Amino acid sequence: MSAAIEFSGVQKWFGPNHVLADIDLSIATGEVVVVIGPSGSGKSTLLRCINGLEAVQQGTVVVDGRRLTAQGGELAAIRREVGMVFQAFHLYPHKTALENITLAPITVKRIPREQAETEARALLERVGLPEKAGAYPAQLSGGQQQRVAIARALAMQPKVLLFDEPTSALDPEMIKEVLDVMKALAHTGITMIVVTHEMGFAREVGDRVVFMDGGRIVEQASPEVFFSAPSNPRAQLFLSKILRSEGALS
Amino acid sequence: MDWSVLGENAGLLAQGLLVTLEVSVSALILALALGVAVATLRVAPSQPLRAIAAAYVEFLRNIPLLVQLFFLFFALPSAGIRLPAFVCGVLALGVYTSAFVAEAIRSGISAVPRGQLEAGLSSGMRYATVMRTIVLPQAVAKTIPPLGNTALNLIKNSSLVSTISVLDILGTANLIGARSFQYVPMFVGAAICYLILTLPAAFAVNRLEKRYAR
Ligand SMILES: Nc1ncnc2c1ncn2[C@@H]1O[C@H](COP(=O)(O)OP(=O)(O)OP(=O)(O)O)[C@@H](O)[C@H]1O
Ligand SMILES: [Mg+2]
Repeated sequence: MSAAIEFSGVQKWFGPNHVLADIDLSIATGEVVVVIGPSGSGKSTLLRCINGLEAVQQGTVVVDGRRLTAQGGELAAIRREVGMVFQAFHLYPHKTALENITLAPITVKRIPREQAETEARALLERVGLPEKAGAYPAQLSGGQQQRVAIARALAMQPKVLLFDEPTSALDPEMIKEVLDVMKALAHTGITMIVVTHEMGFAREVGDRVVFMDGGRIVEQASPEVFFSAPSNPRAQLFLSKILRSEGALS
Repeated sequence: MDWSVLGENAGLLAQGLLVTLEVSVSALILALALGVAVATLRVAPSQPLRAIAAAYVEFLRNIPLLVQLFFLFFALPSAGIRLPAFVCGVLALGVYTSAFVAEAIRSGISAVPRGQLEAGLSSGMRYATVMRTIVLPQAVAKTIPPLGNTALNLIKNSSLVSTISVLDILGTANLIGARSFQYVPMFVGAAICYLILTLPAAFAVNRLEKRYAR
C-alpha cells in the first residue's frame, strides 16, 4: 500500500538555522502519528511543509501521490486534501460557526449553499456543538472554538488532518472535550499527524510516536515502546520532564 | 460688532458651504481611489512596486499641503499648465490625502493576523479568494476609524483652498469680513458652517466604528 505522506531527504533552513535536517518519514494511510519534542525542534515546520505553508528547500514531500517541491508542485490539489487545526484556532471572527465551516466547500468545491450548510450542521453535531451554528467565534469558549475549527477542517473531507498543538492554548477543563473529538476521529481511518504534549492521547490512540530534536527525527517507535523505554538519551530526558510536570498537574 | 451681517450674507455663506462640500467630496473620492491602489501596491509580492508605493506615501505626507497647493496653482502655470483654482484644490487635497488613505488601509491589512491567511490557504482556497473573503473584510473593519479621521481632516484641510481664491466657507467669510470689517461674526459663522459638516461626519464615523467592532 502506498504511503499517505512521504518525506524524502527534506532540508529546510531559516537563515542560518537548520530547522529540518535529513527528514525521511513515511506515514501510512489511516495512521495516527504523534510528533513530540522540545520547543524549537521543528515540529510545526514539519507539519507546515505537508500543506505548503512552508516550502522545503531540498528533498520532496509527497502527499497522496502528489509532489510538493521547492517550486510549489501540486500545492492547490494537496491543500484540498489536507486539513489543518492550529493552536490558536484561527476561526474567521467576522463569520458565524456555520459560515466558518461552509466557506471553503462553497468557494473551492462549488457545493450549493444549502447542501454545504446541511453538511456543516452534521459536522457541528459530530463535534458536539449542534446549537452553536449561529454563534460568532467571540461568543464561544476556547474549547468550543477549537471544535468548530476541527469541523471546519473536516468540511473539505480531507484524507489527512494536521494538528499543531491543538490543546496548548486551552484551559485544562476544556482540553478533554477537544481530545475526545480527536480520539473519535482517530478511529475513522483518517490519517492524522498530531503535534502535542498530551502524552495520554499519544498512548491511547497513537500508532507511532515521532520524537524530534534540533530539526531531526531522532527516535520513532510505537507508544508502548517509546514511553516505556526510549532509547535516545534526549528523548529520555524530555520524557522525564514531561511526565514529571504531568504528575504535578494530577 | 454687528451680527446682522451674518443674516444678510447667510446665502453667500451657504454657497461657500456647498463649495467646501464639493471640494471635499471630490477630493475624498480621488483620495480613496488612489489610496486603495497605492495600498495594494504596498503589500504586493514585487519589491520594486512596494518601494515605489512607499516612496509615494512618504513623499506626499511629509510635504505641507499648502506647499503642494501653491505648487499646482502658482508654479505649474510657469510650465504652461494652467488649471482652474477649484481643480488645483481638489487635486492637491486628493493626492495629499491619498497617502493617509493608503497608510490606513495598509495598516488595516497588516493588522489581520497571519493565521487568518494561513487558515484560509490551508482549507484549499486560492490567495485571491482568501484576501477577498477573509482578510480584506477584517482589514476594512480595522480601517474605518483611521479612514474616518482622515475624511474629517480632509474637510478641515479643505479650508486651505481659500488661499488660492476659491470661495469656500472660509474664503467667503474672509471676503465679507474684509468688506464689512465684521470679522468676528463672519468667522464665527464660518466655524458654525464647518461644524455643520464635521459633526455629522464624526457621528457617522463613531457609528461605523461600533458597527464594525467585532
Ligand atoms: N518564519 C520563521 N522565520 C524564522 N525562523 C523560524 C520561523 N518559523 C520557525 N522558525 C525557527 O525554526 C525553528 C523551528 O521552529 P518550529 O516552530 O518548527 O518549532 P516547534 O518544534 O514547533 O516549537 P514549539 O514547540 O515552540 O512550537 C525554531 O528555531 C524557530 O525559531
Ligand atoms: Mg510549534
